[in-house]
Amino acid sequence: MGSHTHPGSEFITVIEPEPGWQVINVKELKDYRDLFYFLVWRDIKALYAQTVLGFLWAILNPLIQITIFTIIFGKVAGVETDGIPYVLYACVGVIPWAYLSQATTQASHSLIQGAGILGKIYFPRIIFPVTPVLAKLVDFGISMTIIVGIMGYYGVAPTWNLVWFPLFVAMMISVPLGIGLWFSSLAIRFRDIKHAMPFFIQMLMYSAPIVYSASSIPEHYRLLYSLNPIVGVIEGFRACLLGMPMPWLYIGTGMVTSVILVISGALYFKRMERIIVDVI
Amino acid sequence: MNDKDIAIRAEHISKCYRIGLKETMQDSFFRTIGNFLVNPLKNYRTYRSLYNFDDVSPDQETDPSDVLWAVRDVSFEIKAGEVVGIIGVNGAGKSTLLKILSRITVPTTGRATIHGRVSSLLEVGTGFHPELTGRENVYLNGTILGMRKKEIDRKFDEIVDFSGVEKFIDTPVKRYSSGMKVRLAFAVAAYLEPEILIVDEVLAVGDANFQKKCLDKMNDVGRHGRTVLFVSHNMQAITRLCPRTILLNKGGVLADGPSPEMVSLYLSADGGTKAERVWPDLLDAPGDEVIRLCAVRAKTTDGQCTGVVNISQPVCVELEYEVLQSGHEFETYFHLINGDGIGIFQSIDNDPAWRNKAKPVGRYVSKAWIPGDLLSEGLYVINPRMYTKMPRIRRIAVDDAVGIQVIDTMDGAGARVDTVGHIYGVIRPLLKWETECVSR
Repeated sequence: MGSHTHPGSEFITVIEPEPGWQVINVKELKDYRDLFYFLVWRDIKALYAQTVLGFLWAILNPLIQITIFTIIFGKVAGVETDGIPYVLYACVGVIPWAYLSQATTQASHSLIQGAGILGKIYFPRIIFPVTPVLAKLVDFGISMTIIVGIMGYYGVAPTWNLVWFPLFVAMMISVPLGIGLWFSSLAIRFRDIKHAMPFFIQMLMYSAPIVYSASSIPEHYRLLYSLNPIVGVIEGFRACLLGMPMPWLYIGTGMVTSVILVISGALYFKRMERIIVDVI
Repeated sequence: MNDKDIAIRAEHISKCYRIGLKETMQDSFFRTIGNFLVNPLKNYRTYRSLYNFDDVSPDQETDPSDVLWAVRDVSFEIKAGEVVGIIGVNGAGKSTLLKILSRITVPTTGRATIHGRVSSLLEVGTGFHPELTGRENVYLNGTILGMRKKEIDRKFDEIVDFSGVEKFIDTPVKRYSSGMKVRLAFAVAAYLEPEILIVDEVLAVGDANFQKKCLDKMNDVGRHGRTVLFVSHNMQAITRLCPRTILLNKGGVLADGPSPEMVSLYLSADGGTKAERVWPDLLDAPGDEVIRLCAVRAKTTDGQCTGVVNISQPVCVELEYEVLQSGHEFETYFHLINGDGIGIFQSIDNDPAWRNKAKPVGRYVSKAWIPGDLLSEGLYVINPRMYTKMPRIRRIAVDDAVGIQVIDTMDGAGARVDTVGHIYGVIRPLLKWETECVSR
């Protein structure tokens, strides 16, 4: 946005065209943290409003998906899972994936959906794609109970690998954030994003080891494979929750990709921000 | 002017849009589809070019055909504490200017400097979600408007009180009537406490009583030393709330000055009803072979046809007509109708000099004086009528011949006395009051 506020004794806002690349104004975002809170609340509340089961859906949804995957890939197709029960193996993949797919889709559509608000009031536009990325974390947290439950059922005890858990959550958040920043600002001008989104999500799913194991990928493709940050996220979750060896190749490369994705996304978003209202 | 006194400074602000999404029309469904399939590259270029303004500038004489200047070279300064109105016909650039000053959109060229915290109200209830309760929406809407949670906590009870929906505050807003929604939304807005308030025509919602309540609240805001920028089509609200008005036309500032003058300028341009209507060609004028109406005018005491008159000033309604056939007695009168379509009165020419007398051929001017302190604020139109008597035949009937805008500048002289808000009634006569103490 071609405007900035100078802090100090008096508030001065300068509004002028400022072409070129800008960085995200973090201080301004902090001033809007209450708005974040209520927007996230709105997303969560609106999603489960007037449902009988309410938040139970956050558990039921992934649970049903895990059941389907277990029947199809575990029993029928007999996918190799390094000796771990397929249910356990799948649930550690499906639950982060449920977050990734939903947050990515919603963040990408966020600006188009917020068009009504965009034209009527100013607040940092980046709040739009970031809100679903945060709101979906609540669902993620709730559905983590499934993993705990299944781990308990199979008697899998947590190991020291669990200390890495926050790292993978952070890495997981960066994926829909980065993609959301890119796609939401692209979708402003090219509504094609909306049509391509379902296929894109489907491709993402099969490009990552959600229903299968990363070890089934041939050795000499693994570096290329690891460029997808979702691979690192899923394999990382499996390692830290199920006590498997840490797959540092996937994690390291994935982290580099996701940092690049978020930074480039933020820059592109900021560049597009000033034309959003005019073009939408 | 000292920088400290200035709240808003706009310097040569311009904003242009490319409207050039010219789509080639295809005459069949299949061609349209075909066009879609063949042209992704062309589409890509078109969508890309939409925000490229390298080839335009507000100073150049001719623009590319697809460029529209919504705002062009607008400059002004607004002092801290000033309440300024912005008027202009649709498409004059009012909303775009407000959007630039509210940071919703960025100017193509130029620059604005704003000293102080700004809240802009281009709509009430932005971000309201039907599934959330009234309480949750107050918080959501408040934070969207830039308030902090703590601030809303503090004002919450007052906001709910103002809205009058206490009973339903924990009910989802989708169960509210539209009136309740508007009231709640406006209540949130009313408790914003910015140093600078930018308001679009948000008052065009809600029932009349609530609108008045909101106008009063706005009046309060202005009186608390806050700077207000107010866009409206409601000339009464403009003259009552804003001492100064900026008149926009075709994206530029046409005039900037005291509100009554600006309103009159606006109304006398093609934006409103004129205070003078002249038919220069007698054959086209209303009437027939007996009589023709030549002109209708509404004049103030100084003889001006401004169309805007102060509430305590008299207005002269002037009918100019040409009698083409001698020997007729005429009945001349007009109806005065207010902006809501209510007939206020009818007034018949009662000049004793012509009573029961036929008028010879010639040109005549009949004048009627509407006293000051009789009409209420607002727009009035005059419908002149002329009949010949015996037999009674209607010769002239013109509706909305001229219009006058009665304004109240609240100088303390009129029937308003010292009241600030809405004054009840379709007329506002200044009556004689006497009060004495009859016992102690």
